[in-house]
Amino acid sequence: MNSGKRTRSWLQEHRETAADSLQRLWRQRLGSLMTMSVIGIALLLPALLLTGVSTLATLGSGLQDSARISLYLETGVSAERRDALRGELAADERIRGLTYISPEQAAEDFSRYSGFGDVISALPENPLPATLELLPVSTDPQTVEALADELADRPETALVQVDLAWVQRLDALLELGRRVALALALIIAVAVLFIVGNTIRLAIENRRDEIMVVKLIGGTDAFVSRPFLYTGAWCGLGGGLLGSALLLLLYALMKAPLQQLSTQYGGVALEDPAIAMPLLSGGLVAVSTALGWLGALLSVRQHLDAIEPR
Amino acid sequence: MIRFDHVAKQYPGGHVALRGVDFELADGEMAFITGRSGAGKSTLLKLIMRMEKSSQGQVIVDGRNLSRLPRRQIPLLRRRIGVVFQDHQLLFDRSVFDNVMLPLRICGHDRYEAARRVRAALDKVGLLGKERLNPIVLSGGEQQRVGIARAVVNRPRIILADEPTGNLDPELSAEIMTLFDQFNRIGVSVLIASHDLRLITRMQHRILTLDDGRLVSDGVTPAANGTERSS
Repeated sequence: MNSGKRTRSWLQEHRETAADSLQRLWRQRLGSLMTMSVIGIALLLPALLLTGVSTLATLGSGLQDSARISLYLETGVSAERRDALRGELAADERIRGLTYISPEQAAEDFSRYSGFGDVISALPENPLPATLELLPVSTDPQTVEALADELADRPETALVQVDLAWVQRLDALLELGRRVALALALIIAVAVLFIVGNTIRLAIENRRDEIMVVKLIGGTDAFVSRPFLYTGAWCGLGGGLLGSALLLLLYALMKAPLQQLSTQYGGVALEDPAIAMPLLSGGLVAVSTALGWLGALLSVRQHLDAIEPR
Repeated sequence: MIRFDHVAKQYPGGHVALRGVDFELADGEMAFITGRSGAGKSTLLKLIMRMEKSSQGQVIVDGRNLSRLPRRQIPLLRRRIGVVFQDHQLLFDRSVFDNVMLPLRICGHDRYEAARRVRAALDKVGLLGKERLNPIVLSGGEQQRVGIARAVVNRPRIILADEPTGNLDPELSAEIMTLFDQFNRIGVSVLIASHDLRLITRMQHRILTLDDGRLVSDGVTPAANGTERSS
């Protein structure tokens, strides 16, 4: 037999085995669906956590590069001194941006975003101070702190707030989130191996006679294992598709509120899901299929040797 | 083709199935193994299939010493041997055709060529019209013939059969034996374990008689009562 023929018949054997494994899963569709659901939901957890972390990171990225100093002026400061301060700070080399927020502007923003607009208008006079929002050139925490200390010492200053600490905290939280997602993913990967392994163990038990006969007439271990490896891969693929469908659905449901939240925190537009989500859901399907195959391989290695013709 | 040199087999637990068995089956020869149940017939066949390993002595099949055969080579050994079982070991989740096709699939044969061979094998055992049926609807004799078709489809040089007529009436049994005889005539070595003395004596082939794990007679007539030792 020439090698071309042999390759063709080998491919055909694989195709038939893959189709037969799929048919067997279909014949027991309730059980198969349950296995796939368990795999899909289990893998959904770390994927969802990862989505949440990346979304928060995108939202936070607008804040990342801009450590922000809010300088609240004393209420008694005159317009002249205020303008002089603006001019001085605008000329300062350590500051790359300056926004003045008048008390009226602050009151308007407050009532718009907080929903407590009525409280402000009920007060006899506007309690909010004038604010200078400064963007320091440096994002290094120590330099920014030094600048803030200097500003705090000025007589016009009522209070200086540095947003850097918040940014750092968010960063640390995101890092924690990523690590939790990774650890969860690893634990769940092991669980998926067990789930598939158990499904395959039952499949092997169901086809015991066939395995015996095939071994008796000269089937190699590869030939005997093949249908089970396909079964495992199919279970993984089904679970992955289910999991990524759920992921996309949940993301679609949560995108609108997240976008709104983002707008309120400085208007960073959420990354278009057309980039990140297909990558994540595609990765989920690929990882799930690979885990299914691997789980089947481990199970086959463990159980197939026990079936020897006697 | 098959040679046993002082072969002994002791199972774990102490039961001794074969004691110092010596014999040789030449290329193209046909022989029967007989003896009471428990005499060691099945063990002898299992050693040739490398389903069991000898405790002492050497089993040599087609030039290969089975005590030194690596595990990975066992499937290749079994592909050269066509084997027929008393309970025929057919798979009832597929058609007669697919049952007979199985050894060719295992060897990775081209499908078109394989289908031709399957039909030829089914034609040979007289079941060509039943290839699409599930073997479960066939009679015992027909099932056994499917088993034989599966054993010969890969054109093995050796056919082993363990009580192939054990569940059949005398007429069907004779038909089955005639089939084996026909394969032997085209040069296949055939070794059949059977306790049906009347039938195998009529076949006029070499008969090996086992008694309690010992080879007690070797000739065209079986040992009377399995006590006299010839050869």
